[in-house]
Amino acid sequence: MKPTLRQRLAGDPLNLTLTVLVVAAAALWLPPLLRWALLDAQFAPDAAACAALGHRGACWGVVAEKARFILLGRYPADENWRPAVAAALIAASWLAVARGWLPGRAVLPALAVPPLLAIALLGGGFAGLAAVPTELWGGLPLTLLLTAAGMAGALPLGIAVAYGRRSSLPVLRGLLTGYVELARGIPLVAALFVASFLLPLFFPDGVAVDMLWRVLIAIVLFAAAYLSEIVRGGLQAIRPGQLDAAAALGFGHWQAQRWIVLPQVLRAVAPSLANSAIALFKDTSLVTVVSLYELTGSLSLALSGDAQWRPFYLEAWLFLAALYWAGCALLARISSAAPRQP
Amino acid sequence: MPMPGRHPGSAASRAVQALIVVAVAALLAVLAMTTAAHLQQRGIRSGFDFLLEPAGFTLGESLLPVDAGDPTVLAFAAGLVNTLRVAVPGAALALVIGVLAGFGRLGDNPLIRGLAGAYVNAFRNVPLLLQLLAWYFILTDLLPPADAALSLAPGVLLSKSGLALPWWGEAGFELPVAAGFGIEGGARLTPEYLAMLIGLALYSAAYIAETLRAAVVALPAGQRLAALALGMTPRQAFRLVLLPQAWRAALPPVTSQLLNLFKNASLAVAIGYPDLVSVAGTSLNQTGRAIECLVIVITVYLLLSLAAAALSHRLEARVLRGGVA
Repeated sequence: MKPTLRQRLAGDPLNLTLTVLVVAAAALWLPPLLRWALLDAQFAPDAAACAALGHRGACWGVVAEKARFILLGRYPADENWRPAVAAALIAASWLAVARGWLPGRAVLPALAVPPLLAIALLGGGFAGLAAVPTELWGGLPLTLLLTAAGMAGALPLGIAVAYGRRSSLPVLRGLLTGYVELARGIPLVAALFVASFLLPLFFPDGVAVDMLWRVLIAIVLFAAAYLSEIVRGGLQAIRPGQLDAAAALGFGHWQAQRWIVLPQVLRAVAPSLANSAIALFKDTSLVTVVSLYELTGSLSLALSGDAQWRPFYLEAWLFLAALYWAGCALLARISSAAPRQP
Repeated sequence: MPMPGRHPGSAASRAVQALIVVAVAALLAVLAMTTAAHLQQRGIRSGFDFLLEPAGFTLGESLLPVDAGDPTVLAFAAGLVNTLRVAVPGAALALVIGVLAGFGRLGDNPLIRGLAGAYVNAFRNVPLLLQLLAWYFILTDLLPPADAALSLAPGVLLSKSGLALPWWGEAGFELPVAAGFGIEGGARLTPEYLAMLIGLALYSAAYIAETLRAAVVALPAGQRLAALALGMTPRQAFRLVLLPQAWRAALPPVTSQLLNLFKNASLAVAIGYPDLVSVAGTSLNQTGRAIECLVIVITVYLLLSLAAAALSHRLEARVLRGGVA
């Protein structure tokens, strides 16, 4: 006997009170919100008209005005197509996996190759493409690149660490446990500070590594610790019968791992891996504290120095939040699509 | 699933382990030597002696009275206190909001379900840093200036310069009042602090709500049906049968969410709230002692993580032993 809609909305005093409160709040706030967002809003990138509105209506023109800078950062303007294609490549690979267009075997390569292509395309310096230093990379391609390359680097490392922590060698186990606990115990901001200030001291003389690569190293080491815990959980869930059966069929130990255990583990933990990718996608916003201007950083960069447009930060912010939300939704689709793949 | 070939304690196993130790030691030695050489080139002294020298910078706000002439170690302590000052109330707030939103998503009122669902969905899928920047913008740019402060309640004034609350001052308990271009009397919470508190609490609460909902949904359907068959109302079944079981399953992920909140407090560096990591960053820029400053930050966070792990173990042991809570 399911309660009717009327019972659920007003069946008892508590539900009735809540319903009345929500309806009253909606009646009070929705009309002004609608007026601000649509009816009184200014859609053209016209700073004078926006200023005249005085925040009575939204100034969506700021999005059109600043979209190129927010999305592509300080990348040279006459090379727009390169960051655009780089971002499209990575986004397309996520979409293809999320929609299940690829056979299971092709999923990992399809996720690992686009960031490499994106790096080549953004960096240039070959086939007539002008070289562009990494300090100028920014916006959406950088956010996607850090996420995709970070995951692509962290997964193999995480798998290796997970196996290492199951080794019979106490020294190896101890060292790897120490690494995982260290990385999981500190905030990412601290890891980024290490990449920014400490890593340069570690490299030998004459080797200057760009901030982007140092940050990527930190992200890979940071994410690998989390991924190794996920993979380790997956390894523990494999029944011993699987290995016995593999041995009976003449598989060696590592052959059995490669062909029997690992495929099952990766499929089982795919949703958790996708959740880690979502976390990393959002966490890439932190690289702005070490002066890499991905989406979040380029928003501040686009508006903080511009007195004309800065008052409309909230509108530009909403555009960016919607973009992040869409990215998370896409990655969440990978998470729910994953188990079905053969 | 033991690895083949090497048995613990065998000569081969000992040899491999010795090799690993030597390799790691060699790597560390090379790194230490390169680092020492670099530091010497740049003329940077090393060591923790700078902690006792004057900090040379002031904190934007602090519970401990610290100024530029005080030893650096006091600035670090004030930073840690600032971290705790935002993280502890933030965690309490996140728990309350998270539990309410989680119940809202599980309840039978479709309006509340939709509202709580939209909140969880929106706040989980936008980076925390971006949310903090928005709160900071709202609190510093969109609010009225101090002389036209919004009065939320008698003696509670909200403006660009923060939230003023009634508090004990020199003249006993006093209400803050707008005076000239500022606000006098009472206690003041800065916009930086408020942005951190609101941002951290709402972000973590969305995760806690989702964790709670998942824990209840994951219970076998038979539990609810059996409770209803015993004559309980749906609300009784939820409160007496489902919730106690779900709460136990949700305890470990909720503690890890609260620990995340502590780590996320380090994002303060982006909006200028002087937490431990911001203080370390400032001190690092002043003294160049990158290794020392980062070692302090990492050690403090590892100790906090360890303490939290120990606490949650004890809590779980209590909850699991205590039967139905």
